[in-house]
Amino acid sequence: MTETPMPLWEVFIRARAGLAHRHAGSVHAPDAAMALLAARDTYTRRGEGLSIWVVPSAAITASDPADKDSLFEPAADKIYRHPTFYEVPDEVGHM
Amino acid sequence: MTAITVTRTAPPLLLHTLRLADTALVLGHRLSEWTGQAPTLEEEMALANVALDHIGQARALYAHAAALEGKGRTEDELAYLRDAPEYRNWLIVELPNGDFAHTMLRQLFVSAFLLPFWQAQARCAEPTLAAIAAKAEKEAAYHLRHAGEWVVRLGDGTEESHRRCRDALAALWQFTGEMFEQDASDRELLAAGLAPDVIALRAAWTATVTEALAEATLPAPPADAWMQSGGRRGVHTEHLGHLLAVMQHLPRSYPGAMW
Repeated sequence: MTETPMPLWEVFIRARAGLAHRHAGSVHAPDAAMALLAARDTYTRRGEGLSIWVVPSAAITASDPADKDSLFEPAADKIYRHPTFYEVPDEVGHM
Repeated sequence: MTAITVTRTAPPLLLHTLRLADTALVLGHRLSEWTGQAPTLEEEMALANVALDHIGQARALYAHAAALEGKGRTEDELAYLRDAPEYRNWLIVELPNGDFAHTMLRQLFVSAFLLPFWQAQARCAEPTLAAIAAKAEKEAAYHLRHAGEWVVRLGDGTEESHRRCRDALAALWQFTGEMFEQDASDRELLAAGLAPDVIALRAAWTATVTEALAEATLPAPPADAWMQSGGRRGVHTEHLGHLLAVMQHLPRSYPGAMW
């Protein structure tokens, strides 16, 4: 008997109202409804969650690690994009 | 360590509490036997979670039973020092787990009863049981959802999973009648408003189970099928003694052992 391996799902948990969902890990499950249950049983045992998203891992398009120089290097010398680059005059006070 | 006797002379409320406690503990123990053997890591966690829910319910119920008995016994003594004929759990929870289809179908049958049962017990005039019921009700709702989803997928799954589900249905159906039994002790509590009318819960149970079986493409068993009976009176299958031997071995061999 051959068995089709169960698809993989990425799990996102929101810990508290107002916070964003964060990646918690992944589970195997036959479909989306079962993936939600598996995620609940695997990742919310210690009261971590108020809301769960599951997304088929296959639906995620990832960047190629080999592209990291062209994707991310150009940002490295643009320090003026950080708010700390600018000096705020004393008269402005707290922004 | 000498075995203790509680149930033979137990008044109705104590007996009712012990029946619920024994059923919760034996089912929790059976489910815990899946640890290390579940089909997937995710399901292993799920089964352990359900087992711990039931064992948690059992602890609260035994503590209440010990208080009702008023002889200074502890929850551990009630769980570990009573022999099989003293246990008052339903037979369905002491049966060996069988395969995954058996375990899930048993959970569906039991949780489909316990959800409306705890809801009704929470409205009864017994404050401690009502508090235990209010917590257990939420747990039962999840157990029912989890088991129901699996039964539908196994029944309406592959040829192999469908066959295993049918075998489980044929084996387990005869053990579902015991949940709706009502003896003189139960009727006394019912009249006093201290426990739910289990006969009135049958319609809700049948609706839940019939819907799940239909969705799982499993044939509905005949309503007038012959039913097993005995666990609620302490007449058990040969399986309970073996379960208790494993479960009680440590506290009986090393009385008072602590973590």
